[in-house]
Amino acid sequence: MKKIYMDYAASTPVDEKVFEEMLPFLKTSYGNPSSIHSLGVEAFDAVEEARERVAKLIHAKDDEIIFTSGGTESDNFAIKGVAYKNKDKRGGKGYNIITSSIEHPAVLETCKHLESQGFKVRYLPVDKYGIVNPDDVKTAISKDTFLVTIMFANNEIGTIEPIEEIGKITKKNDVLFHTDAVQAISTIPIDVKGLNIDLLSISSHKIYGPKGCGALYARKGVKLQPLMHGGGHEGKLRSGTYNTPGIVGLGKACEIVKERISTDAKNLKSLRDSLIKNVLKIEESYLNGHPEKRLANNAHFRFSAIEGESLNLMLDDEGIAGATGSACSSKKLQASHVLIAIGLKPEEAHGSLRLSLGRQSTKEEISIVYEKISKIVEKLRYMSPLWNR
Amino acid sequence: MCPMYSEKVMEHFRNPKNMGEIKDADGVGTVGNPTCGDLMTIYIKVKDDVITDIKFKTFGCAAAIATSSMITEIAKNKTLSEAQKITRDNVAEKLDGLPPIKMHCSNLASDALKAAINDYKKKHK
Repeated sequence: MKKIYMDYAASTPVDEKVFEEMLPFLKTSYGNPSSIHSLGVEAFDAVEEARERVAKLIHAKDDEIIFTSGGTESDNFAIKGVAYKNKDKRGGKGYNIITSSIEHPAVLETCKHLESQGFKVRYLPVDKYGIVNPDDVKTAISKDTFLVTIMFANNEIGTIEPIEEIGKITKKNDVLFHTDAVQAISTIPIDVKGLNIDLLSISSHKIYGPKGCGALYARKGVKLQPLMHGGGHEGKLRSGTYNTPGIVGLGKACEIVKERISTDAKNLKSLRDSLIKNVLKIEESYLNGHPEKRLANNAHFRFSAIEGESLNLMLDDEGIAGATGSACSSKKLQASHVLIAIGLKPEEAHGSLRLSLGRQSTKEEISIVYEKISKIVEKLRYMSPLWNR
Repeated sequence: MCPMYSEKVMEHFRNPKNMGEIKDADGVGTVGNPTCGDLMTIYIKVKDDVITDIKFKTFGCAAAIATSSMITEIAKNKTLSEAQKITRDNVAEKLDGLPPIKMHCSNLASDALKAAINDYKKKHK
């Protein structure tokens, strides 16, 4: 059976060119980039070339890129790193950190942790599409605020946030602005300077690079408290031996994104729209998220009277890989916080399905997936006591 | 195939036994709550205190569907008093186990069967 992968938002395959460029650093060029011998220098040069490539993608300077172990570390580093440098602002009346209620757990859990350390955090609501109101950001800022962290685009429902407007507000109020751009970076061109972004998180495995690597952009002048102490790598900000193959892979992946971002976005959008148009033909099916302000590769549906884990397992039996926000598939047995934040009832959130497309997706796959989904939805509804027709 | 579930669970999930409704059921039991993601209804036909036919309808995850299917297999042709003694653990054991997290939320089939038997008894006093 031919496999159809529609879970690119969870992870992507490593691009062939990325893989090739990584290989020597696993086999022959294995020196430690911090060593002074030629094998070390070779690896050092490769790390610095990768840094340049990452910087170029987001219009940053090379020395504004810090390599990390991935998106989660980048988010933790940005938020805790800034918070620990602003400890004196704890305990005031106003909020110290402003974020949204639909952030990735890497941001939300970090903020919750900081609350336990005495910081005050405001979790802004979103509208029914998952959009943060920039006016809410403005209202929440006080003299005690030092950081706003709002994701570029949501990982579940694909909604793109008003980053430009928020950047203007944070700049005017002299507050730092961090954005988790893990999902957005491969399809939305980002200019960190133009958008007034001070900190930005990137993950390698979401953009056809290897797992276990990421980067944090931190504008020159932004003060961060390191989370990793040790040998003083990355200007003493992030100690730990360089993951050379991973970093090289991330660099190449960024270079490829830069080359093909507009074609990728155009192709994915057209595939996505055809997928949405088809799937919404199914009775009582709905699109979650914004119809236009959404990631080029994200389609997020819900179907009444059925449950998402069952739907995904049956799709898997047909060789189709998707994802769900149903509580039944989560470790906490709670419906997705994003779906609840956009106003869905838990029973509505249970019937959700995220299909995310990527470079290997085809038109043919779209029609196969639509056919299979309609059949499975019908089968599950026939079983369901909530479906009475 | 599915790291979470036993082969037996997946078998019953893929090809559930006795799925559907019994229009002229002698007893009907519904348990669960769609808010939690699981809702099941069991229909029974009873003759001389024996369950002669049993069917189910379930909204929920693979565990919910598999436990529903399994209980219909266990309970069919059992006397009411035998059927009433079937526990959640009996169902889980017959399915070669359930993930711990699913033991309470999705393992409602024995409760649904008891509810159906009670419904029958109420109507046939």
